[in-house]
Amino acid sequence: MAKAKPRVKVPKSAKAGEVITIKTLISHKMESGQRKDKAGKVIPRNIINKFTCEFNGAKVFGCDIDPAISANPYLEFTAKVNESGEFKFSWFDDDGSVYETSKKIEVK
Amino acid sequence: MKLDRRQVLGLTAGAAVLAVAGVRVSPVSAAAEETAKRVMQFTGGKKPEAGKITLKAPEIAENGNTVPISVSVESAMSGNDVVASVIILAEGNPNPEVATFHFTELSGKASATTRMRLAKTQNVVAVAKMKDGSVYSVTRQVKVTIGGCGG
Repeated sequence: MAKAKPRVKVPKSAKAGEVITIKTLISHKMESGQRKDKAGKVIPRNIINKFTCEFNGAKVFGCDIDPAISANPYLEFTAKVNESGEFKFSWFDDDGSVYETSKKIEVK
Repeated sequence: MKLDRRQVLGLTAGAAVLAVAGVRVSPVSAAAEETAKRVMQFTGGKKPEAGKITLKAPEIAENGNTVPISVSVESAMSGNDVVASVIILAEGNPNPEVATFHFTELSGKASATTRMRLAKTQNVVAVAKMKDGSVYSVTRQVKVTIGGCGG
């Protein structure tokens, strides 16, 4: 499939201890394994099955994803930032590939 | 007892209605049962209480392919008052599991938003598991105009 392109929105800066909102989106068709092609054959499942978010190596948020999540899975969640650092986001594909991206945040 | 033609007709029609009703009811209850079973699996056999958790979903979803849902749980997210995970289940989908969110103290708040697929009009259930072992659940019905599971 076409390469999945992750997009993440994180504020550039925050106050210490502030709870920020993070929005993530990755382009992926999320084939559910329920659909059939024109010949009546089931199209095999191919989804992102897991998402994780880490901040300076510590786990912030994770999500186990099932086929009932829409195509181009969108996730919005919160994180509490106490210090400057880097968020690391990972998406795990059924086919074994992992898509990663990271965003820095500065705490004033 | 002797039946005339009219009575026989009436009886067969009644039986047909009953049969159809029976068929239509059973898959729904089976799905609800499976969802309940999945909830028990998630909570470790504990019966969830009402409250603390809120599930935001549209009352009517025109397109079952992308239904926005938000879940949030009242919690201080520190000490023992931490939400460990929240599971979203859809009773009328081919598989009830939708997603499981895992929170930590670094999450700050136990809330998450995503978009899900719904095959038809059905109940969406969210269950929260706290660090101290207590469980809370909420159910919302979403009406779906166009189903989103293909086939």
